[in-house]
Amino acid sequence: MEIDPLIFRLSIFILSIFVGYYVVWSVTPSLHTPLMSVTNAISSVIIVGAIIAGLSGNSESVFNTSSIFGFLAIALAAINIFGGFLVTQRMLAMYKKKTKDKK
Amino acid sequence: MISANLSAIFYLVSGVLFILALRGLSSPETSRQGNLFGILGMIIAITVTFLSTSNFSTGFIFVLIFILAGGSIGAFIAYRIPMTAMPELVAGFHSLVGLAAVFVAISAFLNPEAFNLGSPGKIKLGSLIEMSIGAAVGAITFSGSVIAFLKLQGIMSGSPITFKGQHFLNALILITIVALIYLLCSTQSPNLFWILLIVSFLIGFLLIIPIGGADMPVVISMLNSYSGWAAAGIGFTLENTALIITGALVGSSGAILSYIMCKGMNRSFFNVILGGFGATEEMGSVSNKEQRPVKSGNADDAAFLMKNASSVIIVPGYGMAVAQAQHALREMVDTLKKNDIKVSYAIHPVAGRMPGHMNVLLAEANVPYDEVFELEEINNDFANADVAFVIGANDVTNPVAKTDPQSPIYGMPVLDVEKCKSVLFVKRSLSPGYAGIDNDLFYKENTLMLFADAKKMTEDITKNL
Repeated sequence: MEIDPLIFRLSIFILSIFVGYYVVWSVTPSLHTPLMSVTNAISSVIIVGAIIAGLSGNSESVFNTSSIFGFLAIALAAINIFGGFLVTQRMLAMYKKKTKDKK
Repeated sequence: MISANLSAIFYLVSGVLFILALRGLSSPETSRQGNLFGILGMIIAITVTFLSTSNFSTGFIFVLIFILAGGSIGAFIAYRIPMTAMPELVAGFHSLVGLAAVFVAISAFLNPEAFNLGSPGKIKLGSLIEMSIGAAVGAITFSGSVIAFLKLQGIMSGSPITFKGQHFLNALILITIVALIYLLCSTQSPNLFWILLIVSFLIGFLLIIPIGGADMPVVISMLNSYSGWAAAGIGFTLENTALIITGALVGSSGAILSYIMCKGMNRSFFNVILGGFGATEEMGSVSNKEQRPVKSGNADDAAFLMKNASSVIIVPGYGMAVAQAQHALREMVDTLKKNDIKVSYAIHPVAGRMPGHMNVLLAEANVPYDEVFELEEINNDFANADVAFVIGANDVTNPVAKTDPQSPIYGMPVLDVEKCKSVLFVKRSLSPGYAGIDNDLFYKENTLMLFADAKKMTEDITKNL
């Protein structure tokens, strides 16, 4: 009997939770705010779903109800991706400068 | 057009890069590189999605336009936002992830062919379950984050909103959601899908309104976690490994942060979620309030005390963020250091409105991160320090948490500020903190209250040093 592909995805999911658990515990408390902003940015990888949705229209009509929701989701996810990574970068740059100042 | 297998491998690569992005945050030195890994992972995921679609129609141009439009708004916000507004920003971003998840789910429900999930009315059962869970969690994340945002921004009052039968209503709605998902999967009715979304938006709203301002660190972490689970749900629908891995990472990250925050307050997760903490306790404390003498001083007294100290520990709190006093504080510390006084900072886990809030503000003010310590690292040093300078913190220094089993904050880990030879307490008035209880520290022999705005007082002290 063949194994349903869902089981493989479920395995990836469960193992990733464990990876996440150990990785996040090793994050230093002083970087908890950047952790939140970067997790925000990476969870916007949901944009891949949004892109598929946006391209679901055909060449005659790009816009249908489904693809419009896709385009809106693309814009929202893009705000998050750019905003999330850039603001994280900005914060982390501040942490770095100080060590240099000190040494 | 690349094969499905190849794109699946690339999605796996970007998932691994996201793990490395979080791994980098274990120390400030590696964190910047970690962020670059994250960006690289995102670029790979988006590029692969483009390459694996066969449809290079005009739609493609619109996709780029929407990415650029959203991206420029995001970049603009990222550069403009002041560091003190970080909690609002994060709450706002969570709401966008939630809404994006909802939109993707709607789109997949309306046009399942595009996602290989069957046809409208005949969506594969497994996909429909995953889709509706993703949509429901996304909707809860969205409306919950909007409320958190409004509370943090001060548009909505930070005090808990409670009413009779609240928990009963919430429980009822949660049961309704489960029932709706069940019915939706058996009937495939679009109407049920819309009702499910509306009810989920409603419960997100109801879950967050009873939670008060100082519990925001838990709320933000919790919503962070939800946004991850929503992404994972959509990831299962789309059979996308990058999304599943990321959802699991973000979900567990938010859950761990919520746990750390709850521990910092010695409260159970459910106690926080059920809410209403501030409101009920305030009633109790008003009745037994007694007038006790306090010593108050001015900037001159404070400067005198600090000048004669050999070590000073600074305890910042949310008040410092409100007064934007971090730069003034850093200038004061510079002057102290010139006088060969040892200065360190003590951060309570729940200081501020989100995890790590104080650390970011101090970093912004160019405070070296090796002078900033967590509660466990520094708590024993208070006994040997000459002056503790409490700026904008209150409940996290209250010795009652250690002495009075009747107190609502009893058992909460607190900073042992009272063990210092003298305590300087910058505060606007004697009003109790968020927990609504009097701080015994105000009335101690060795405490000097400095009644003023945190920023102004810090500047005045610097002038007098």
